[in-house]
Amino acid sequence: VIAASSEVLSFPILSALVVLPLVGSIVVALLGKSRPEWVKLGALVSSVTTGALSLWLLGAFKSGEAGFQFVSQHVWISQWGISWHLGVDGISLFLVVLTGILFPLVIVGIDPHHNETSYFAWMLLLQAGVMGSFLALDLFLFFVMFEIVLVPMYFLIGGWGYDQRVYAATKFFLYTMAGSAFMLVGIIATVALAQRDLGVITFDVVKIAEGASFSTNAARWLFVSFAIAFAVKVPLFPFHTWLPDAHTQAPTGGSVILAGVLLKMGTYGFLRFGVYLFPQAAMWARPVLFTLAVIGIIYGAIAATMQRDLKRLVAYSSVAHLGFIVLGTFALSSQAVTGAVIQMVNHGVSTGALFLLVGMIYERRHTREIAELRGIQHVAPIFAGVFTVVMLSSVGLPGLNGFVGEFLILIGSFEAARWWTVVATVGVVLAALYLLWAYQRVFHGEPDEANSSFKEINAKEGMLMAVFVAIILVTGIYPKPMLERIEPSVNSFIEHVEGRTK
Amino acid sequence: VNDLSTFAGPSIDWLSISPVLALLAGALLLLLVGSLTGEWPKYWYSLTAVVTSIVAIGLSIGLWIDVSNDGAKLLIGGSLTLDHFALLGSIAVYAAVLMVSLISSDYLSRHDSESPEIYALYLTAAIGAVVMMSSNDLIVLFLGLETLSLSLYLLAASNRQQTASQEAGLKYFILGGFASAFFLYGVALTYGVTGTTRLIDLNTALTSYISVPRNDAILLIGIGMILVGFAFKVSLAPFQMWTPDVYQGAPTPVTAFMASVGKVAALVSLMRVFVVAFPSRSDDWGVVVLALSALTLVVGSVVAIVQTNIKRMLAYSSISHAGFILVGLEAASHRDSANASDGLVAVGVYVVLYAALVVGTFGVVTVVARDSSDSANSLDAFKGLAKNQPVLGLVMTVFLLAQAGMPLTSGFVAKFGVIQSAVAVGSYQLAVIAMVCAVIAAFVYLRIMVSMWLADGASTERVAVPTLSRVAIGLAVAFTLLIGFLPSLILDLTANLAQLATQ
Repeated sequence: VIAASSEVLSFPILSALVVLPLVGSIVVALLGKSRPEWVKLGALVSSVTTGALSLWLLGAFKSGEAGFQFVSQHVWISQWGISWHLGVDGISLFLVVLTGILFPLVIVGIDPHHNETSYFAWMLLLQAGVMGSFLALDLFLFFVMFEIVLVPMYFLIGGWGYDQRVYAATKFFLYTMAGSAFMLVGIIATVALAQRDLGVITFDVVKIAEGASFSTNAARWLFVSFAIAFAVKVPLFPFHTWLPDAHTQAPTGGSVILAGVLLKMGTYGFLRFGVYLFPQAAMWARPVLFTLAVIGIIYGAIAATMQRDLKRLVAYSSVAHLGFIVLGTFALSSQAVTGAVIQMVNHGVSTGALFLLVGMIYERRHTREIAELRGIQHVAPIFAGVFTVVMLSSVGLPGLNGFVGEFLILIGSFEAARWWTVVATVGVVLAALYLLWAYQRVFHGEPDEANSSFKEINAKEGMLMAVFVAIILVTGIYPKPMLERIEPSVNSFIEHVEGRTK
Repeated sequence: VNDLSTFAGPSIDWLSISPVLALLAGALLLLLVGSLTGEWPKYWYSLTAVVTSIVAIGLSIGLWIDVSNDGAKLLIGGSLTLDHFALLGSIAVYAAVLMVSLISSDYLSRHDSESPEIYALYLTAAIGAVVMMSSNDLIVLFLGLETLSLSLYLLAASNRQQTASQEAGLKYFILGGFASAFFLYGVALTYGVTGTTRLIDLNTALTSYISVPRNDAILLIGIGMILVGFAFKVSLAPFQMWTPDVYQGAPTPVTAFMASVGKVAALVSLMRVFVVAFPSRSDDWGVVVLALSALTLVVGSVVAIVQTNIKRMLAYSSISHAGFILVGLEAASHRDSANASDGLVAVGVYVVLYAALVVGTFGVVTVVARDSSDSANSLDAFKGLAKNQPVLGLVMTVFLLAQAGMPLTSGFVAKFGVIQSAVAVGSYQLAVIAMVCAVIAAFVYLRIMVSMWLADGASTERVAVPTLSRVAIGLAVAFTLLIGFLPSLILDLTANLAQLATQ
């Protein structure tokens, strides 16, 4: 009791992580009219403070513990059993930290060129929503956050994107909303059915997962309703068609956030809600999800090879990478799920960095056509070097971060999904193919007239990329601290699943 | 001939009907004094209606507390009810009158046609609406329905300078009369079978009645015709044809009034009639309601996509909202489920939240589209709105997101309640259909948002937002967000909504 009350009295760091960007967003919006020169500063203060808090959380997080830490719970809508319930465990910790540091980097690194106030206000609102999604332990709260994220992202793509931005933004919004329409019915039905076992109406995901038992048939339907929402968000083949459009049309900052954290809401949702609530149904649906994941890996890789637009290439590579994560998630072995969690973070870092680099290329050349670019290595060697490191991390070269996750996923999945894993391994080779080929076309050769004036990376860009490269190297060479924090939660998660599926 | 001296009229609890009396007084004041005196100073007509509705709201709150303490009861010999369900609907209607009066003042003075009649008609329409929602008798309900409808016909045609308005009024009048005839014939048939028009007595008669096949057919036809009558008024597909034309042709504040007051009144009384009088036949009408609901949702959301006039878009959106609300009635038809009454509560909450939302939305349209002409109301009229006037754009965006059912707005609370009631009784299919249609409908709201925020090209000139409209729109947006963040406020109030007056 004493421990619980001291928890209540201590600083509510998780609530602060959600509320701070929200307040920042409002402040920025209000500053816009009276003090436009303070807007960027306000956005910076808000996002850097949030980032610092998330790093403090990383430090204060007790490694070796499986359960939720820093839990904060307050009644929100008592009539419906809904509460403001936040908590962090090894599965969500690094996604929270990634969200915390990616936003300030994007805000520092990328200028919106026009209408700063709205851009930064939407960015910060987006951060609040994403944080909330990763921290929510209440189904209702999660849904609210999951859905509210659409609005700022819609405006970011639509307002600051490229030629087809309105089309891409609308498609993104409607696809995701259609997915979550099923999930809302699923959430309500889950709660209604769990009420019979629990005796009270509650949206608390832990209580429902531990206390309620669903009939086989009901659980399958409910799992499917959640799975549709997450499959669209990830996106899994064949729900992926919004992604290349959204990524290509979004402004660089939007793409970085979209790839870095937004897509993870789908893969994270699969773990935290889909599998955790309905382990048996997840086992039942596994073959389908494995198949879709592997199709995504191969299809994404082939499609990426065919692209002429560098940004679209990176977008399709996302489809392939997320296929690996889904494969690992549903292999449901300790190694594979740990790998999937690590890979969620890795993909956020390396694909986020790739989008930043592509954005820099576009800033300089006003084109992303691979055919237009040539020989950049000669005029901008440091830029090319950074690109190489980031690209190799995306390919999964040993010693860099991508290898750790992909390797764990592939070993962990081999037992549960042997043939799927074998096919997925081909995807690793294909990833090397399309990225190296793209690199070769863009950076090798003799620069023509247009490319000979390609500017070398400047100090600001350099510092920005240094952060990414540092994360890539540290995670790749010494992943132990990360594993120590992820594994206990994953192990207890696997125990929960195994206990339910025996 | 009976001796009239032995006839004892029903006792009338004047206090319990005081809100309606207040409206009546306001209407008479406007009409009588307004016609005898010269033109009143600016805002005075409107403020009379506003004060009247504030008084009515105050009295209703007093009655609400009475009902909370002493329970629901019947009034005037059992012809009217006094319960939370009726009072909630009434308060929504008064609030809508208040806000629409504020918007109308600016609209009418802009067109130089400020006059007391419009406001008097708002008040008489509200009287009809309140009588309709609190009636415990099909004949009394019909009286309320006609009082409301006749006022609305006049209001729709009230812009004498525009033929579109005339056409809207006439179209509404003819189809509305048609609907009333259906309703009345349905009442006659059910009376023929049961010998009563009292809602509670109808249920007693039908549950104790030993069903004879021939008469049962007549009964079902009667119930069906009553439903068709309501379906016209609520604009459920396939009886929705008039709605876009009338919404488009009527002056915009009147459209706001029809979409809020008209819908609330018809839906609340529809719920009451079917839940109180015909629960014993819910297996029969439940299926029909399910079909109507699904069809209305699909028609409302799909046809809205191809519209280019904003008022037509919102007309179709109001149709799809009606379909959504009907999901709650379908839930209430599952009598054997313990959660059947959730449907009634969900509908009550939905109509209140929707009324504020739709008045706010049309309020912004009134301000932006300066008249009822087609060009002023095209989607292009909203081009660049948010770039010029970020606050107005943001407010409209909040309304549109709420209509789409985005979380943290009242629209989500409304939809959540209805879906919850459907799921609680096992109507999963309808819940899924409703949610998918909500996504289709969202496309329409996105189109408006695109026009406001993202469209390139010529931006419109700044529009002035007059003070009274500012107040009305401000109230609506504050309510939309407040309930969105703190749904408990309305859920606390509506906890006893399902306890309808029966004696």
